[in-house]
Amino acid sequence: MKHIFIKKLAAVFLCLSLSLNLVACGNNTEAKEENQIIVFNYGDYIDRDVLEQFEKETGIKVLYEEFLTPEAMYTKYKNGTVKYDLICCSDYMLDKMIKDGEAREIDIDSMEYTSNIDNDFWQVSKSFDAQNKYTVPYFWGTVGILYNTSMLDFVPDSWEFLWDKRFKNNIIMQNSVRDSFIPPLVLDGKSINTTDEKVLRKALKRLEEQKELVQSYLVDEVRDDMANEQAALAVIYSGEASLASEYNEDLEYVVPKEGSNIWMDSWIIPRSSSNYEGAVKFLDFLCRDDIAQKNFEYVYYSTPNKAVLDNIDDEEKEEDNAIFPDNDILKRCEMFTYPGEEAEKLYNRLWKELKVY
Amino acid sequence: MGKSSSKFLAGPYIVWMVLFTIIPLCMVVYNAFTDSYGAFTMENVSAIFDPVNAKPLWLSFKMSFIVTVACFLIAFPLAMVLWKYSKNRNSFIVMVFILPMWMNFMLRTLAWRLILLNNGFLNHGLEMLGLNHVYLMNTKAAIILGTAYDYFPFMLLPIYNALVKIDKDVINAAKDLGATGFVILKRIILPLSIPGIVSGLTMVFVPSMSEFVIADMLGGGKVYLIGNVIEQAFNSGYADVHLGSGLSLSLMGIIVISMLVYKFFDKGEERSGVW
Repeated sequence: MKHIFIKKLAAVFLCLSLSLNLVACGNNTEAKEENQIIVFNYGDYIDRDVLEQFEKETGIKVLYEEFLTPEAMYTKYKNGTVKYDLICCSDYMLDKMIKDGEAREIDIDSMEYTSNIDNDFWQVSKSFDAQNKYTVPYFWGTVGILYNTSMLDFVPDSWEFLWDKRFKNNIIMQNSVRDSFIPPLVLDGKSINTTDEKVLRKALKRLEEQKELVQSYLVDEVRDDMANEQAALAVIYSGEASLASEYNEDLEYVVPKEGSNIWMDSWIIPRSSSNYEGAVKFLDFLCRDDIAQKNFEYVYYSTPNKAVLDNIDDEEKEEDNAIFPDNDILKRCEMFTYPGEEAEKLYNRLWKELKVY
Repeated sequence: MGKSSSKFLAGPYIVWMVLFTIIPLCMVVYNAFTDSYGAFTMENVSAIFDPVNAKPLWLSFKMSFIVTVACFLIAFPLAMVLWKYSKNRNSFIVMVFILPMWMNFMLRTLAWRLILLNNGFLNHGLEMLGLNHVYLMNTKAAIILGTAYDYFPFMLLPIYNALVKIDKDVINAAKDLGATGFVILKRIILPLSIPGIVSGLTMVFVPSMSEFVIADMLGGGKVYLIGNVIEQAFNSGYADVHLGSGLSLSLMGIIVISMLVYKFFDKGEERSGVW
């Protein structure tokens, strides 16, 4: 979900080459379009071999495009130049798209392999897709603290440590509105989806106090900087945490005891889709045991796919608590929902105030 | 015939201008003065006076001022040296200074990040020399450094070009008449290189005023410039094209006004030169 800069560049080039492709295809016959799907996903969030295999098995051509942030995706989707058949995005953006009527109903029961998705995750998805009609879960994870055991001799299992003066200039925060409001809101015992201005102002106050302790607000570079031992603590996504600890053995991940955010990236078929059958076929293909396994090994984020989870031995599960968290974590954590346009404006306003503070 | 053929040749340029300057500009103006329902509003344009926008604007102004002055102070003496020691405009020594421009500026900025990190090349070097670490990364200084580095050639080249055009005989004549080095610099070289200096100052000041990528990459998200504000308006969750356009338009307005003020003083100087 969050990626290093080089991959950003790669994504930009890909987008460019794809849009050129699309332009080039523009004057081809309609018939050709019948047998292709246009897939829009986060950068580096799928095993490319899976795409090839799908093309080989079904004869449906996959045009694959990547984006950086849900917001960038939505802007591009709304723009309407490219008629996407499948989009993978995060909970709150899916919530917004479903509420706006941008999603097309998927006949999930008709698909062969969707039963591979653990029931827990259909339940969790209900926070944005109440009847499990519009989305199919892809990967999920939590937001927590990544810390360097060589700089800390205890487990920072509370968000409080992000306000600890001992870590001045040693803290990395997420450079995005909603994510950075998680710690103060959870500490205040409030919902991370609150739209109450008073509550949010209090959270902002906490963040402003914290600003002098923060080394930087980053998105994609959090992982690299932590692996590089730039800081002792960082707020990070579980998938990124696991990757970071591959680069640097001293890094450990913890979901604070007060609770946190659980996120879910799911597939959605937008209203603009012109090849519903192809899109459903691709979705089903992604849920198939062998493909899900392959994809999981490449992406290495928490998977909701039972078939894959059953295949992994307990030792590996114990070793990586970022990717295979305890079951009770789902209960402690809350999912983001779309707060509505007014609240979104407010969040942005507060974010700006923090940035100029 | 000459006139019509030159018009013909300008055709592609006009198409380019219309497609990529005039039409987008019209869209910005339209969006700036309308709200999301299409009704006329001044809110987006006056938003620049809101403290959350005005503060970054003032910061941008201060920082690009420092960048421009720093670039000038380094570029002018360097251009003089190049002028003295290089035989022609294409000489190797001039090329050395243009060479970095051939590389993508994002990569160059990324390289600065690796140099300035707390345990980056710079601090490794200082450590080896037995000196203390410097913590430049994620500060305003880092952004000023990065921006000045990136735009430096835009200051150097126009000044150099202006210097090259100065007839060396003029200087020799001044010397014959007993002018000292300082007098030659003040009375001949500086006034004659003013066109180059002006375009150098403009080419550095204007783009660094709306800079946001370097601030993102070297500022660690802690320094918030007007460019970042506008970028966020277009790219954030609540994408407000109208506010973004309004702020862009105000920024454009401020730059145009400062250029006019600048031109006014510039003309004044030319007149005094004639007298």
